[in-house]
Amino acid sequence: MIVVKNLHKSFGKLEVLKGIDCHIDQKEVVCVIGPSGSGKSTFLRCINRLEEAQQGQVFLDGEEVTAPNADINRIRQEMGMVFQLFNLFPHKTTLENVTLGPIKIKGMSEEQAEDIAIKLLRKVGLGDKDHVFPAQLSGGQKQRVAIARALAMQPKVMLFDEPTSSLDPEMVGEVLEVMKDLAHEGMTMIVVTHEMGFAREVGHRVFFMDEGILMEEGTPSQIFDNPQNPRTQSFLSKVL
Amino acid sequence: MNLGFTSTEWIFGTIILDRLNEIHGFQVVANNLGNFAMGAVLTLEITLFSLLIGMVLGLIAALGKMSNNQLIKFVAVAYIDFFRGTPLFVQILLLYFGIIPLIFDATPVQAAIIACGLNSGAYVAEIVRAGIQAVDKGQMEAARSLGMTHGQSMRYIILPQAFKIVIPPLINEFVMLLKDTSLVSAISAHELTHTGKMLYASTYQAVWVWGAVCVFYFIMTKAISMLGDWTERRLATE
Repeated sequence: MIVVKNLHKSFGKLEVLKGIDCHIDQKEVVCVIGPSGSGKSTFLRCINRLEEAQQGQVFLDGEEVTAPNADINRIRQEMGMVFQLFNLFPHKTTLENVTLGPIKIKGMSEEQAEDIAIKLLRKVGLGDKDHVFPAQLSGGQKQRVAIARALAMQPKVMLFDEPTSSLDPEMVGEVLEVMKDLAHEGMTMIVVTHEMGFAREVGHRVFFMDEGILMEEGTPSQIFDNPQNPRTQSFLSKVL
Repeated sequence: MNLGFTSTEWIFGTIILDRLNEIHGFQVVANNLGNFAMGAVLTLEITLFSLLIGMVLGLIAALGKMSNNQLIKFVAVAYIDFFRGTPLFVQILLLYFGIIPLIFDATPVQAAIIACGLNSGAYVAEIVRAGIQAVDKGQMEAARSLGMTHGQSMRYIILPQAFKIVIPPLINEFVMLLKDTSLVSAISAHELTHTGKMLYASTYQAVWVWGAVCVFYFIMTKAISMLGDWTERRLATE
């Protein structure tokens, strides 16, 4: 479903991605792990071109996302993204946060968009918070609204950029729970995460990245129980 | 009819009014309240129209200055630099006597609005630019990641938040602009300061006339700040 070929990205002289090749199948949940600064987030952000790669290609269902003439705004509708810092729209209520995309981008009617939004907010356990502003929500609630906002565009794939890294520990569970449900429903997901438990339990495949290279990939049990690459071994020995 | 005053207050008030009426300066001001009011209304008109022009130009210039197109950026920067880097008074003279007559036959008030509007736009541009840049970078990313165009993200996400941030400096600019319109008295637009000039020239009551002019200006600027506070409270989401 997603194919990445020889992806290179530098910020100035700093080479962050040194040629990433991979493919992600439909309904697959891929968890990307690795130390800070290994290029995990940049890799994710290059997929929907929030960062422009200098070299290499990304394909979504055979369509080249990285093509200069690609209709990136349409393609992004098919790739939902959830950020580490939520990035909810603070001047909009939670309901408006979720309906804004469908109404303004897809041209959906307000009633129809609200129907969908209410259903999604219920799904993430916030059906009663529709007229609340983000500032009145806890971190975990904000992130769940952000997931609902991304889902409202009915994307084919969801990109998660360290969705629980800025949460208080007691709120991590509620967000992972929502993500787990999503995975069970068959959503294609790429999750950059430090939650090894989640990666092991929910991930179909795990990517280990270090220094801008996809060092090792495999099933969770291959990566966590029997890592081949010495770097993977050393990283896991520190975090597990 | 005692207007709610007690008889003692009424008597005191009458005595004070009688005493004041013996002062010539007071009479001058009291007899010309209508003229002051007319001047103040024109001041307000010039300010409001200038502000309208200034906001539109300011928004365009701010977006222009942040544009990736070098030509658009150059024009925006040149405009902002010129109007911030030269005195408003000189700009008014240049526009009224020099440039506007080449284009059309403007009344002093029209010229005043054009000059103040152009000048204000340069300041508003920098206020708006600061406001846009103060909005968290993640907001644009979140909007774009949903599939919004750059323009849609600006319109629905960035500008509404920037607007809230710029209200206090914008109100400040509004107040400054209102006070700066006093300079257009130099081209004989009959606004408040011009009213004061005429009245002073015929009566020489400097303290009373200019004091009254100050009071009128102050009432207007105070009203604007209160409007600003009210808007800020209304837009609060936290």
